[in-house]
Amino acid sequence: MLSAIDQGLIYALLALGVFLTFRILNFADLTVDASFTTGAGTAATLISHGYSPWLGVVAGLAAGSLGGLVTALLHTKFKIDPLLASILTMLGLYSVNLRIMGRANTPLLNVETVFTPLRDHNLIGTWTSVAILAAIALAVKFAIDWFLSTNFGLAVMATGDNPAMASSLGVSTDVTKIVTLMLANGLVGLAGAVMAQYQGFADIGGGTGLILVGLASVILGNAVLGTRFMVLATLGVVVGSVLYRLVIYFALLWDFVKAQDMKLISAVLVVAALVLSQSKALRGAFSRLSPWRADKDAPEPMTVVPNRFSPLAETDAVSFSPDAADGLEDGTARETDRRTRGASSPPAAPVQRSAAAVTSSAGHLEGRAAEAAGTAAKPAGEPAPGAGQAVDDTEEAI
Amino acid sequence: MLRLTGVRKTFFAGTANERRALRGIDLNLPEGGFVTIIGSNGAGKSTLLNVIAGSLSVDEGSVVIAGQDITRLPEHRRAARIARVFQDPQAGTSPHMSIEQNLAVALARGGRRGLGRGVTPNRRRQFQDELASLGLGLEDRMRHRVGLLSGGQRQALSLLMATFTRPQILLLDEHTAALDPQRAELVLELTRRAIAEHNLTALMVTHNMEHALRMGDRLLMMHEGEILHQLDADQKAAADVSTLLELFGQAKGLLADRTLLS
Repeated sequence: MLSAIDQGLIYALLALGVFLTFRILNFADLTVDASFTTGAGTAATLISHGYSPWLGVVAGLAAGSLGGLVTALLHTKFKIDPLLASILTMLGLYSVNLRIMGRANTPLLNVETVFTPLRDHNLIGTWTSVAILAAIALAVKFAIDWFLSTNFGLAVMATGDNPAMASSLGVSTDVTKIVTLMLANGLVGLAGAVMAQYQGFADIGGGTGLILVGLASVILGNAVLGTRFMVLATLGVVVGSVLYRLVIYFALLWDFVKAQDMKLISAVLVVAALVLSQSKALRGAFSRLSPWRADKDAPEPMTVVPNRFSPLAETDAVSFSPDAADGLEDGTARETDRRTRGASSPPAAPVQRSAAAVTSSAGHLEGRAAEAAGTAAKPAGEPAPGAGQAVDDTEEAI
Repeated sequence: MLRLTGVRKTFFAGTANERRALRGIDLNLPEGGFVTIIGSNGAGKSTLLNVIAGSLSVDEGSVVIAGQDITRLPEHRRAARIARVFQDPQAGTSPHMSIEQNLAVALARGGRRGLGRGVTPNRRRQFQDELASLGLGLEDRMRHRVGLLSGGQRQALSLLMATFTRPQILLLDEHTAALDPQRAELVLELTRRAIAEHNLTALMVTHNMEHALRMGDRLLMMHEGEILHQLDADQKAAADVSTLLELFGQAKGLLADRTLLS
């Protein structure tokens, strides 16, 4: 079980990258599947050629960020839709990864890795390794918190939240997108480089489906800790990543489940996370359990900038109310809230529509692309346009 | 301060949907000038503002601010000089960010955005003072997300974000159209104050003819991508809504004739 936590903490680096692109930048970046392998392959190749494992870690990060750069340039310079740009990069990187590795699987047996000192003392999969990896994951988490509190970080958040406004305030949205995509995929590459050394090999298929793992971690974590405070949102991502690995671990303990069922379990888990994060009952339960959830603010109407995952993107503004993570109010507040909104709240149609639009456009690509995009459209908590109105009414109007 | 020369913009050129949004606009605004712009839908009012702001590029002509030709500058590089408030209260602010974070993004208008902290204690005090000047009590809610504010509050905040860094030019695109009359009045009053206080050169597009007459020192009437009439301060003072309607009527007749003759 402790080695599952180890892995969860390593994949937390990837999940933090996914958090940056999907949640902060509102950019459906599927580059992750390939940039993870780029990081892993680069590190494994360097190490197996006798270079320092630490160089491998740094090179993995750099290689991953180059993957992000390609996607960012395709999107900003050639105006290719984020989803398509990242799928193109993912496709191309597969070949690049094979070139880097020179074969489909690069083993790291009997060579020195960053984990060798731990392994020599039989400390892998113990509380010691958990503590060390947790410290690393938290250090990255705090670095992201800091980044997002800087002037540049605020510009990144504004770019994701309202690109037209950001641009009108002098933010070069191209620059913020390029930097954030490089940073996010750098973290993904870093996760790959560390993971390759942890498990002792890099495999060309190692990154397949990881975008979903990252999203599942983000969704799980944000459902638990909320998104109201950035420090908790990023902590939630780390927690979510560990939770995800633990669920897989416990599922595999069951005799009926075989190792080849992993992908199916992953898919089911993501669906469950999505469904549960929309469930009012679950959110209510969390709000009672969690001390951070007591919230003075009224429930908030959310207005989401034009949905960038939709092919109708530029013109199609979608608005809906709090996403899962924002079900912060306590039980009574929720009750009042529901009454305020009245029975007339329209169903969350806009969200479904945008998700559907993406699914149809991306359907011929890979299933997981479509699913990821659907996820990215953010699980809407509650129904929509009316909600904002109701809140406005209760607000002290000016 | 702001000079437009022969500005033309055509959408979907060469297709069946071709629309000539601006057909040679010449405009010269002195520093501190405040123009209101009226015109029917599709007259090119918003296109004009978009061309000045840089969110649309011009096909022909030039845009010059304070002697500097900015025709080819992208929007974000013009932002140091040009600020704007949009019609939609949701467009001018970032809903998931707090009031103080929004202000911090606006404060960096035109400057470098580095890795210094966005919201420092000093800035927070500054924001508090600025918000207090709106008289809406927002200074006590600086950590609240902007998505929580009402339309009027958001629009007042947008206006503050647009003006408190003292840009040279302020573009107002029907910025009171989505508000009820009472809040529209309040936002107009805040607009008037901000423009006077910072001596801004301003362009205000509106569908409300009464507002167009009351605000500013010059009035433009646009139709089909052209400036049809200009009223200076004296003419504006003498005019009322019926005068404007009459001018509109003439404009339509004139154009109908032209269509027939051409």
